[in-house]
Amino acid sequence: MRRIGIDVGGTNTDGALLDGAEVVETIKTPTTDDVLSGIQTVLEGVSHHDIGAVVIGTTQFTNAVVQRSKLNQVGFLRIGLPAGRSLPPLVGWPPDLAEVVRGETLMVRGGIEYDGRPFEQLDEQAVIEAAHQFADQGNNSVVVAGSFSPIDTRQEDRAAEIIAEHHPKAQVTVSHRLGQLGLLERENAAGLNACLLELAESIISAFASAIDKIGFGSRTRLFLTQNNGTLLQVKEAAKYPVLTFASGPTNSMRGAAALGGVSDGLVVDVGGTTADFGALVSGYPRQANAAVEVGGVRTLFQLPDVLSIGLGGGSRIHLNPLRLGPDSVGQRLSTEALAFGGSVPTLTDAAIAAGVLNVDGTSPPDLPNADEVLAYAATMIAGGADRMKLSSGEVPLIAVGGGAFAVSDSMSGISEVVRPDYGDTANAIGAALAEVSGGVDRVFQGMGHDEAVAEAIHIATEDAVASVADPELVEVIEVEDLPLAYLPGDARRVRARVVGPLK
Amino acid sequence: MTRDLDATDVNDLAVGAWIIGTGGGGNPYLNHLNMQQIAATGTQFELIDPQDLDDNAQVAVVSTMGAPLVMQERLQDARDVARVVEMMGDYLGSPFDAVMATEIGGSNAFQPLMAAAHLGLPIVDADAMGRAYPEAQMTSFAIGGLQPWPLALVDPRGVEAVITNVPTWKWMERASRALTIETGSMAATCKAPRSGAEVKRWGVANSMSFAIQLGARVREARAAHEDPVAAICAAAEGQLIFTGKIVDVDRRTTGGFLRGTAKLDGLDEYSGHNVELDFQNEWLVARLGDEVIATVPHLICLLDATSGEAIGTETARYGQRVALIGITAPPLFSSPEGLKYVGPRAMGYDLEPVDPCP
Repeated sequence: MRRIGIDVGGTNTDGALLDGAEVVETIKTPTTDDVLSGIQTVLEGVSHHDIGAVVIGTTQFTNAVVQRSKLNQVGFLRIGLPAGRSLPPLVGWPPDLAEVVRGETLMVRGGIEYDGRPFEQLDEQAVIEAAHQFADQGNNSVVVAGSFSPIDTRQEDRAAEIIAEHHPKAQVTVSHRLGQLGLLERENAAGLNACLLELAESIISAFASAIDKIGFGSRTRLFLTQNNGTLLQVKEAAKYPVLTFASGPTNSMRGAAALGGVSDGLVVDVGGTTADFGALVSGYPRQANAAVEVGGVRTLFQLPDVLSIGLGGGSRIHLNPLRLGPDSVGQRLSTEALAFGGSVPTLTDAAIAAGVLNVDGTSPPDLPNADEVLAYAATMIAGGADRMKLSSGEVPLIAVGGGAFAVSDSMSGISEVVRPDYGDTANAIGAALAEVSGGVDRVFQGMGHDEAVAEAIHIATEDAVASVADPELVEVIEVEDLPLAYLPGDARRVRARVVGPLK
Repeated sequence: MTRDLDATDVNDLAVGAWIIGTGGGGNPYLNHLNMQQIAATGTQFELIDPQDLDDNAQVAVVSTMGAPLVMQERLQDARDVARVVEMMGDYLGSPFDAVMATEIGGSNAFQPLMAAAHLGLPIVDADAMGRAYPEAQMTSFAIGGLQPWPLALVDPRGVEAVITNVPTWKWMERASRALTIETGSMAATCKAPRSGAEVKRWGVANSMSFAIQLGARVREARAAHEDPVAAICAAAEGQLIFTGKIVDVDRRTTGGFLRGTAKLDGLDEYSGHNVELDFQNEWLVARLGDEVIATVPHLICLLDATSGEAIGTETARYGQRVALIGITAPPLFSSPEGLKYVGPRAMGYDLEPVDPCP
């Protein structure tokens, strides 16, 4: 099956047409203000024959939150009283964002215990009253978040049902769908999702009409990519746009893994201003464990563990003592760097001067210490790679991005440096190669490690199959078993994630 | 000396308390957020030196018992902490003059602030651990042989209990733990009340201002682009004992506690060396190769090598770059009586205690 992958980045919109795992064509075009015309340029620029799927990775939703633009108001319903009253919904959000998003914030009795017993019965009458308040205030996007809802989803589901009945215009985001344990973080994720729903509707219908316009035909399915590097069906993306956050670095690493033929090792993407390091485990980015802030809001999203250092092709060379970046000419490289007739000495100039890099239409600038600069850059890269490594053994490093020339071929701890073809569109290729995933994060009780892990994998697999993964080819890519302190009955929190190709 | 705590002190306390939580005690994030809301309204907290307490003053000793995971879902209301103090005052028949923490390490450092916010009581600059320990009886008051009863406990639904008598501190831990588990593994408790004289004699003095000071040094070092780890060592008279990278974390639960081992590979001047850190909720024993280089009761703090932020035993993860520092425990805890409660043997290790700061 042929697929088109598109990655909308802050600077460029990249596209790649793949036939199976083989790259047929790639294209790079500047990201346009309306995003859509850049995507259209990509779609028009590649062959349209026999396309099974178009997969889009986009930063639009992340950017909307970061820029506080195009967000809709959200009503919050917390299920958990009489606990938690002093930490109401939106607590801890940056004030400017909270102001844009804040609708009614209401709390009702209910909630679950860690072992699945109810903490309190859901106060259905209070939910009915809340639904009317949301309707009166015009809060058509509503979050429902209850304590320990990932363990037993029924109270959240029941509240969503009641709200739908009494406030038919409401679109409800239930927190357990976005969820890990940690009520505030899960509610925050649901809140970020809910404030993007109007934008999601317009973006996704625009994507669909762009595809219709090209006339791919009804066999072409449209997907977005989510933060874990897997596919999100369009109807899911319209309900859960927040799942697209940080899909860019993930797509880039996934693409690098496929292009480099390496499933366990390191990736470095050297751009104009930064070099971003990631680690691959079974072909997927290793994920950061800690709480992650998105637009200043604390969440527990599964985001790739990325280390950024201020070194890229546009990094300025400082002398006495020699130092590179973190300031960079960035996108203005082709006007401001020495080799392009500008006045700023950059890492790219050093590479051209030393004969490491040839760029049409440039002449080698006069930089007597060019070799020294390159050695300095290589040391910085080696340091970053070392920080991302998990063990003292040697691992391969895949170098992609326009500044990959700065990566030295020999580094301690690195078995080989792989420089794949099409490395500059690794992100679009990663999008095209995305698979279907399923996951679970839950507390299991009264079972040992093996039994709990098996049960978690079973649940995760069912989840993936529900998203049309091929059940025969589902693979487990992550299992974590965390025994829980101070809880009786051998309680353990197990997190599992599986992936498989689209059926 | 009395001072008022403002919003900055509240923020600094969160950072410092997490460092001297020595990996456990629960991340203070949520309690901190709670108190930030209150501090933002201009509420100030009065911090008094234990030496300024009247010998007959009645001091409430507070902490919340339970599982960190439950705290993340149930989101404790400061009013529950205030309620348990009130309830103990009612039981005793006389109101409290001040409130103090049982455990300054981790999220419990905020408990006296939570009570004070609603009761207007002054906070005593002291606690009974000087850090975090896994069990409620591992306190200076128990080491001092003080009376372990009564204990008051509340849950947010209105379950309220007083344990009026127990034969030993260990029984108080067992009885209160059982009540805590039955009410969902999280309950606010007010421990046996202490007189001003007892706090002066047996409390860990000035531990709250110490935690606040640690947090302040970290904040200042970050602002000045200096090394926060060095700033922590200087402020705590601690010793950097290792820098490295976490290469393995093995966790298991036994008897309701999170136990396990984290392995570190050395970096920089420690390159080629390895450290193993054993934990039971908190970091308990550090070994460099075969040599034991630090044990309880001394403080073993694992920090992010760059930010100086503390790393908990629940969140330590492969690949993190870390600095390991040691801080000498207050002398009471390494006295023969103290070691019976909090020494390596009390935690199941057949080891002599090792002070990482010779």
